[in-house]
Amino acid sequence: MLTRRIIACLDVRDGRVVKGVQFVDLIDAGDPAALAARQAQEGADEIVLLDITATHEGRKTLLDTVRRTAQSLFVPFTVGGGIRTVADAAAVFEAGADKVSINSAALADPELIGQIGASFGAQAVVVAIDARRDPDASDPVREARVFVHGGRKDTGRTAVEWACEAESLGAGEILLTSMDADGTRAGFDCELTAAVSSAVRIPVIASGGAGTLAHFADVFGAGKADAALAASIFHFGVSSARSLKQELAKCGIPVRLPC
Amino acid sequence: MAIQVTVIDYKAGNLTSVVKALRHLGAEVSVTDRPEVVAAAERIILPGVGHFAATRRLDETGLTPAIREAIAGRVPFLGICVGMQWLYAGSTEAPNQCGLGHFPERIERFPESEEKVPHVGWNQLDPIRGSRIFAGVEKGEFAYFTHSWRAPITAATAAVTQYIQPFASAVEDKNVFGLQFHPEKSGESGLKILRNFLEFRPC
Repeated sequence: MLTRRIIACLDVRDGRVVKGVQFVDLIDAGDPAALAARQAQEGADEIVLLDITATHEGRKTLLDTVRRTAQSLFVPFTVGGGIRTVADAAAVFEAGADKVSINSAALADPELIGQIGASFGAQAVVVAIDARRDPDASDPVREARVFVHGGRKDTGRTAVEWACEAESLGAGEILLTSMDADGTRAGFDCELTAAVSSAVRIPVIASGGAGTLAHFADVFGAGKADAALAASIFHFGVSSARSLKQELAKCGIPVRLPC
Repeated sequence: MAIQVTVIDYKAGNLTSVVKALRHLGAEVSVTDRPEVVAAAERIILPGVGHFAATRRLDETGLTPAIREAIAGRVPFLGICVGMQWLYAGSTEAPNQCGLGHFPERIERFPESEEKVPHVGWNQLDPIRGSRIFAGVEKGEFAYFTHSWRAPITAATAAVTQYIQPFASAVEDKNVFGLQFHPEKSGESGLKILRNFLEFRPC
């Protein structure tokens, strides 16, 4: 049966992991390649590398980082951050990524979704959406708004509507981050995730707010998420994606086990 | 001596992952879009993601007859994803584009249901007993899928997967193999399946 995915996310700046699961016994715990390999060994279904490098010089190291990370990774590998053109995406694919995640570039130029898909297939295009509930709206969830620039700029669009448009333009998956929940460890925004997941036919990856194992069970249940992003699994009192999935299996969530 | 394998590049998606996995297994990989290279190949892999219509390029570049002859000459052949689908007569995804027709059936879209289409993620394999490409692969092992069209179950089916309905997640006929999932992205199980293909000897 099709399983729900636990996706390990590494935030990388200037070629170094700045957030994500730390393994005390790794010689270089900031090395994305070593961490990604370890995550895959320990049961992560997929790896996402988000490049948060601000400087142009730092960005040049991204392709080298992707190449080294992809080298011995045999699970799906997504790269996001700073991909603005088809050429940017092509370079990341050539370096070994299986999917690219695009966010503000897709909002600025929605045709980019189909352009990348035309060359690399729709399955390779993940559209990332950062959304926040609109407390003034009659339906704060259905009318949750899409933000860019780290949440500073309201695009005036709703998450549900943008997810549907991204799907129609050829997106393969949606990576939905709740800005209300992100960093709170109070749980995913299950209502928002369910609203988006029910509106599209492509998979929705939930992100933001996980604090306990039960939060993952909630987002796969009430949240109707197809996958969930875990930046720091250690914070949930388990040692690996594998043990997280073992706990989810006890709750009746279909997961890839053994892994 | 390293096992030689020729990967066909017909501009349908990204070959990096497949090539990387094959090299990891110790194979000597050459990537080509030339029929004469395919005609001389010892072992052939046809990858492919995206739309069935992209296989038109195989016809336009003369690769189709080269592959047909190689298969007739008992060269081991593996089609992955759209590369598997192309082994059939055609697909409702691109009704005017013929497949190789090695298998007479047609590829069809998953039926409408509550479940999402595309089928994306890790799902389980139920290999047919005696399958060579699944040697050492247990029932219930997982593989990574991403597709909306799929092959029907027939006598040539090598593995069955359940999504909405059971479908053929792999096909096998003498020296011809097809995998609907991505072995290069399916962890240790996927590498085992690719190794089986690399080590397959037609009798």
